[in-house]
Amino acid sequence: MDEEKKVVIELQNVKRYFTVGSETVKALRGVSFKIYEGEFVTIMGTSGSGKSTLLNQLGCLDTPTSGEYFLDGVSVRKMSKNQRAKLRNRKIGFVFQSYNLLPKTTAVENVELPLMYNSKYNSRQRREAAVKALEAVGLGDRLNHKSNQMSGGQMQRVAIARALVNDPAVILADEATGNLDTRTSFEMLVLFQKLYREGRTIIFVTHNPEIAHYSSRNIMLRDGKIREDTLNENILSAEEGLAKLPKTQDD
Amino acid sequence: MNFLNLLKVALRAIASNKFRSFLSMLGIIIGVAAVIIMMAIGQGSKESVRKNISQMGTNIIMIRPGADMRGGVRQDPSAMQTLKMADYERILEEKTFVTHVSPEVTSSGQAIYGANNTSTSMYGESVEYFDIRQWTIADGESFTEEDVRKSAKVCLIGKTVADELFPNGQDPVGKTIRFKSIPFRIIGVLKSKGYNSFGMDQDNLMVAPYTTVMKRLLAQTYFSSINCSALSEEMTDQAIEELTRILRSNHKITGDAVDDFTIRSQQEMMETMSTTMDTITIILVVAAAFSLLVAGIGIMNIMLVSVTERTKEIGLRMSVGARGIDISNQFLLESIMISVTGGVLGVIVGYLGTLVCTSFGLPTSIPMWSIFVSFAVCTLIGIIFGYFPAQKAANLDPIEAIRYE
Repeated sequence: MDEEKKVVIELQNVKRYFTVGSETVKALRGVSFKIYEGEFVTIMGTSGSGKSTLLNQLGCLDTPTSGEYFLDGVSVRKMSKNQRAKLRNRKIGFVFQSYNLLPKTTAVENVELPLMYNSKYNSRQRREAAVKALEAVGLGDRLNHKSNQMSGGQMQRVAIARALVNDPAVILADEATGNLDTRTSFEMLVLFQKLYREGRTIIFVTHNPEIAHYSSRNIMLRDGKIREDTLNENILSAEEGLAKLPKTQDD
Repeated sequence: MNFLNLLKVALRAIASNKFRSFLSMLGIIIGVAAVIIMMAIGQGSKESVRKNISQMGTNIIMIRPGADMRGGVRQDPSAMQTLKMADYERILEEKTFVTHVSPEVTSSGQAIYGANNTSTSMYGESVEYFDIRQWTIADGESFTEEDVRKSAKVCLIGKTVADELFPNGQDPVGKTIRFKSIPFRIIGVLKSKGYNSFGMDQDNLMVAPYTTVMKRLLAQTYFSSINCSALSEEMTDQAIEELTRILRSNHKITGDAVDDFTIRSQQEMMETMSTTMDTITIILVVAAAFSLLVAGIGIMNIMLVSVTERTKEIGLRMSVGARGIDISNQFLLESIMISVTGGVLGVIVGYLGTLVCTSFGLPTSIPMWSIFVSFAVCTLIGIIFGYFPAQKAANLDPIEAIRYE
């Protein structure tokens, strides 16, 4: 691991306990790792392994019961709700499994959404940034298509553009290919690899072990603890994977 | 998020559920329209009553005998014989805030001309009566001081009496009619005043010099009342004080002793009537306002549904950096827009409704302030009933909201 690189995310013995009734559920039992700028990390684990809880921590949607979390050098643990909202707005780009686009809204408007909550952008700057992000995901020709007129792959591209628009420190993808067919999933992976090559930091949470082959690092969770944290020396090319898929007649 | 963007988001939310938004607006529309129509009717009736009262005359002050106790028994005011010629003369001598004075004696009976007869009231008055009560003489002329001095058997008759006794359109002036067997020569006909707001025919009367009525008809030496008019509306109170002082000294009432007369002013009557009308208006408006309350609850209900429906959207907005206040502002603005739009439409419907009421003959007058109040109330309803759903939205946990199905 290159110690010269900037640390984007640092977790120090992060624990997260929930109280359900009289029982305490230990979702995270002390997780520590660092993620450096420009890494493409997959976080894997079966359901119940704590990966959703970890994602919530990384996304500043939740705060740890104990331990420290530094995002881009800032401690998140003691932040208020509003401070975390601002932090999410400036530092994090979310991509969700079910796209979560606003209904009956155009691609540009969807992508503009995070900037709506950033007073530094005026409407012209917002539009420019949104168009740029959409072009980056290959939807430059579908700026004004409404969300209900798009295919799943297109919607997920819009969602990725939305995650890019605020130029975040880290892109958090939560099962981003979970709702897509194999071909479209590969298209998404091609896109993520492109972003990785451009130097973006990506964290991809998934239960699909295949995806790990296309990322640069793989963290395995089990029962709220890290079981494995390995660098991937042999990153497969998603483009090749896509080419190898049997062509269907409709394509 | 800035206001313009919030407005856009709220508009889009309303537009995407047009029918539902309209239904929740409907409550506000009906409520506001009802409030405006009720206020218009209340205000209109009040104005019409005021107009009627002022038709009676200007700044009238009425002195009646009364409030006398004989051995602990309160006497019937009409049986009192406390207002005498001496009082009238003293008022005439000492008046400063009072312009006109007319003693009054009345007698009811039958008036006969030829084969026609009618039941009417004879008013014995002074010459100044016509100024106090604002009567104009349509035909002929008034009696004079000379007639008063001589107790002349002359009279003026109201329109109703003229119509009853002279149905064929003959000119009554100069004719002699009989009232309680006493012949009176008609010297004038009064211009019609119509019915007053209490449903009384103001034109069913005869007016003669008070001396004539007292001596020739009733053979009495006291007045049933004295009517005066104050110099101006503002001086009514001074005039009442003056009259009280004169009468108390004339009747030798000193210290704490109770007056043996009562003085009422037209102003007072008007205020009493206004108060009554205000009470009625308030009752009507409160009833209408309840429908606004119900409408507000309707909006709250729809907003709660909207929040639940859009949980996922709220979760998304939060995860991309919306603070609680951004979310609550969004929903608050939406409910305010529904209620204010409903308010605007309600004002229009209320205005049209008022026109309909007017066409049915109800007196109406829309007070301008009622429109502003409606707007203020609508905004307030939007805020109050939107607040709880907006808070509910703002307090959602983004983690759960984003995965809500």
